[in-house]
Amino acid sequence: MNQWFILAVNSIALGGLLFLLSAGFSLIFGLMRIPNLMHGSFFMLGAYFGVSILDSGYNFWLAALLSGAAMAVIGAFIERFLLRRLAGQELAQVLLTLGLSFVVADVCLMVWTGDPVQPATPAHLAGALQVAGLFFPLYRVAVIVIAVVVAIALWLMVDWTRLGAMIRAGVDDAPIARVVGIKVSQLFTLIFALGAGVAAFGGVIGAPILSVYPGLDGEMLPLALIVVILGGTGSLLGALVGSFIIGLIYNFGQAMLPDLAYVILFLPMVAVLVLRPQGLFGKVVP
Amino acid sequence: MTAIALQRAGIVLGILLLATLPYWVGNAYYINVASQILLFAVLALALNILVGYGGLVSLGHAGLFAIAGYTAALMLENGYGHLAADLSALVVAVFAAAVFGVLALRTTGIGFLMITLALGQIVWGVAYRWQSLTHGDNGVNVSSRPAPFGISLAAPESFYFATLIVFLIAIAAMALFVRSPFGASLRGTRDQARRMNALGYNVWLIRFLAFLVSGFWTGVAGLLFIYYNGFISPQVAALQTSAEALLMVISGGTATLLGPIAGAAIVVIMKNVVSAYVERWNMALGIIFVLIITFMPEGLVPGSVRLAKLGWQAWRKTGTRAGPAQETAS
Repeated sequence: MNQWFILAVNSIALGGLLFLLSAGFSLIFGLMRIPNLMHGSFFMLGAYFGVSILDSGYNFWLAALLSGAAMAVIGAFIERFLLRRLAGQELAQVLLTLGLSFVVADVCLMVWTGDPVQPATPAHLAGALQVAGLFFPLYRVAVIVIAVVVAIALWLMVDWTRLGAMIRAGVDDAPIARVVGIKVSQLFTLIFALGAGVAAFGGVIGAPILSVYPGLDGEMLPLALIVVILGGTGSLLGALVGSFIIGLIYNFGQAMLPDLAYVILFLPMVAVLVLRPQGLFGKVVP
Repeated sequence: MTAIALQRAGIVLGILLLATLPYWVGNAYYINVASQILLFAVLALALNILVGYGGLVSLGHAGLFAIAGYTAALMLENGYGHLAADLSALVVAVFAAAVFGVLALRTTGIGFLMITLALGQIVWGVAYRWQSLTHGDNGVNVSSRPAPFGISLAAPESFYFATLIVFLIAIAAMALFVRSPFGASLRGTRDQARRMNALGYNVWLIRFLAFLVSGFWTGVAGLLFIYYNGFISPQVAALQTSAEALLMVISGGTATLLGPIAGAAIVVIMKNVVSAYVERWNMALGIIFVLIITFMPEGLVPGSVRLAKLGWQAWRKTGTRAGPAQETAS
């Protein structure tokens, strides 16, 4: 019983990490129609940045925030100087981000070598929390809380602020939004930077659980992909629900059918594609 | 000489060059590189059916490639003959293509690309994680090459000729396919899906059949690959293989017969040359992608021609305006 309980907590924590990863992917894909195949690279590079910042003796949370900020700047540059030139050409955007992801993977291999790195859990979160006779590993609980806070913050931003309204206007009808004085291009750069930053932040937060190793990018990208296909593109709620579903299936599949865990992971995506192609919470795009 | 006669002379010359290649190249290493180019050209031709003529960009073809390879390799390992293993591999590849097609063709464009990518990753996951079936990362050895009509293909030269024959059949089939009414309707669905639908064509079925044809030739390339390499591992099913195949199609110029072949030659030669000097093939691949997309979005061959024309015009303009003295400056 206790083993299953631990598994469930771990699954939800993984779901939280997947949300940090796929929220940005979903926003970038859903709002800007950019299929960003280097999102896994943002996650991995962010984690490596975090490891290096930690090694220079900084606090864990500071490392996560700094890494996120650095990646947001890099993301903004990539959007502004490379992707902007290819606006509307989806194939070209796919190939560009795919090419960049290969470059990032190789640079990481060069700089951080091939050995996996697993930073220690921050000392004040190393223990477990005892509630009603059940032990919750404190760090996993913290990850879940962070993911939920980020989810609420993003939802408030997109749905309830002036900025969010301008973003939605820019997505619905960019030319008209420009006419009424909204700087659509700058907004898109902002979203891309935000997505990259949140993914990198998630990479650092996830490092004590997943560890950082070459190939992490290639493992995370498909996960982001299935979360977004499952939840529906552009829907934050969909990304959140999809993340937790995939987190659960991944961990329980790993425990019960280790040989087929990876296949089981894709089954809900296949089911959604067949039964509800727009995703659980997606809107039908005209 | 008319254009058609010129074209025919070119084809004959090309076939003659390829058929005599082992005699004027000599070195076994280069013959093996030539075999690699031809087998990847078959893969690129197969992918080009979808990318070039169907307008459907697949990032999951490494999965189909690996499915054919793994099926044959595992059957050979379990004591089946070459003929049975190869035929089963092709049947399985076409069946897998049907499954891929049914799922991926629910959408087009970016959705199609994402779903094929995810499906390709499933194949990679099975190859990597299902250890009792595929031996995981250790891969599967293919200890012998087949001997059709009693001719052993163990030597690089004989394997090259076998690959060349398969390649020539593939390109002939592809030429027929492109010129057939079916090829025309496939191009129709790429350019004007809605109008094709209104004309009474079943757009979905046309795309689906194209996927099957593409899957079949991808399977053929997968078989050639395991016999060439003597080994298959999950790395073959990785996204990188799909990306390389796509790079071959795009770098050569899509929707042409010769483009993917030129692309396969460019990528294989670069891979061999770059790998010989540095370990950074992945980075080179990525940078080439970025450069092609940024500067020559229409492909290396047409792109080079365009850039050369631009350069030539710029050179002539400066020449006429400022006189020959300025030539060195441009």
